[in-house]
Amino acid sequence: MIKKGKQTVMFETPPTIAQTACIVGPKEADGPLAKYFDKCLEDEFWGESSWEKAESKIIKETVNTVIAKSGLSNEAIDYCFAGDLLNQCISSSFGLRELNIPFLGIFGACSTFVEALCLASVFLEGGAGQNALCAASSHFCSAEKQFRFPLELGNQRPPTSQWTVTGSGAAIVSKAGNGPYITHMTVGKIVDMGIKDANNMGAAMAPAALDTLVTHFQDTGRTPNYYDAILTGDLGYIGREILTELAETKGYNIKPNYNDCGVLIFDKEKQDTHSGGSGCACCASVFSGYLYKLLQDKKYKKILLIATGALTNSTTSQQGESIPGIAHAVSIEL
Amino acid sequence: MKPIETQKEYQDYVDKKSPNSPILKNCFNAFWVGGLICSIGQIIFNYCKYRGLELQISNTIVSIILIGISAFLTGLNLFNKIGKFAGAGSLVPITGFANSIVSPAMEYKSEGYVMGVGGKMFTVAGPVLVFGISASIIVGIIYLIFNTQTITLV
Repeated sequence: MIKKGKQTVMFETPPTIAQTACIVGPKEADGPLAKYFDKCLEDEFWGESSWEKAESKIIKETVNTVIAKSGLSNEAIDYCFAGDLLNQCISSSFGLRELNIPFLGIFGACSTFVEALCLASVFLEGGAGQNALCAASSHFCSAEKQFRFPLELGNQRPPTSQWTVTGSGAAIVSKAGNGPYITHMTVGKIVDMGIKDANNMGAAMAPAALDTLVTHFQDTGRTPNYYDAILTGDLGYIGREILTELAETKGYNIKPNYNDCGVLIFDKEKQDTHSGGSGCACCASVFSGYLYKLLQDKKYKKILLIATGALTNSTTSQQGESIPGIAHAVSIEL
Repeated sequence: MKPIETQKEYQDYVDKKSPNSPILKNCFNAFWVGGLICSIGQIIFNYCKYRGLELQISNTIVSIILIGISAFLTGLNLFNKIGKFAGAGSLVPITGFANSIVSPAMEYKSEGYVMGVGGKMFTVAGPVLVFGISASIIVGIIYLIFNTQTITLV
């Protein structure tokens, strides 16, 4: 590992993303990326009695799927880094309690999946093990219940609001392998530009994404056109537009190869998802399903994945606090 | 575009970038759906009167029927769709109040009947009750002070 610049680490023997898996809910299954997901659920409960249990089951089954696909035994996996949006990250800890893999629960709001990839890479590169599991989940219904209103309440969502993705994405990162490699990581700073509107998360998180993006380019000396694609986690339509324009003011034109997972996962017109998808599972499932497939097919050879998170909860919103944003980036290259 | 430095500049920029709710469309839908709900109430009321019921009993029957329909539609996952379409049109009449109580009751059933349904039932309607009742008390006191005629309690 070599520290480059302020916030970036370059991996000398870069870890490989050996396998991925993802399971998503019914709305995601109606979206444009449906064919890339390992499993699409027919309903939000999946035979469970509560949404929290359903989310736990989704992350558990996603992790079981990725382990089965990788051909590894549970004993061969040294660490599990996982997190979600529910209080005290209960979806991950309850879903994975029977896994028997050393577990590190993490919280980075919707940036959790890339935070897990960063930590796994450092652990493996540092010689702490051979394989690590990274997973993140979110569930529309459990998130609405915790952060907003009951589902059956007849209210209207503003056009800036985003739709929490139901699902989970998981990846196995291995010390040895043939790629795709995690070559760099840029750990983001908390950035708060004073946005208070909990229905406009894209705008709240875009400055953090900008900070990480610009820092990554400065630290590595790379430019936007080095990458085949630059993807943010869940800025949505509004956040994507803001980031594109703000990056331009900093002298980086990301327009040709930049997109957002929250924009990709839903069909805005048909699915009434307003500004796009959000949640831990947004970045996790789009990467684990869609982007990983494109990397395997060599359609993309170098991508920069920047997962964004809004570090807020319903109490801070009610107390009138602004929303601090965070964004972590990893370079994934063949 | 100039680089954005301060929080104020960013807030102004975001306000410009964020689309507003379609107010005209929302108002129009709220107007006719709200009007329709109130008309249904009036039809029930007139029918009760026509059958010879007293004014107060007719009023109560209207409330019971509208609350019943609203609660039933909430349980069928239909009221939220009406609410999304009509906004304040379905929220302001008594139908919205019923929905705001039934929806958390359904949502928190997974936490049990006592602490879940019982404890969380008024999370949405609670503020309406608190401030509604407080306002009526204040108005009552004002009435008591300025009303010169004798008050007869029922």
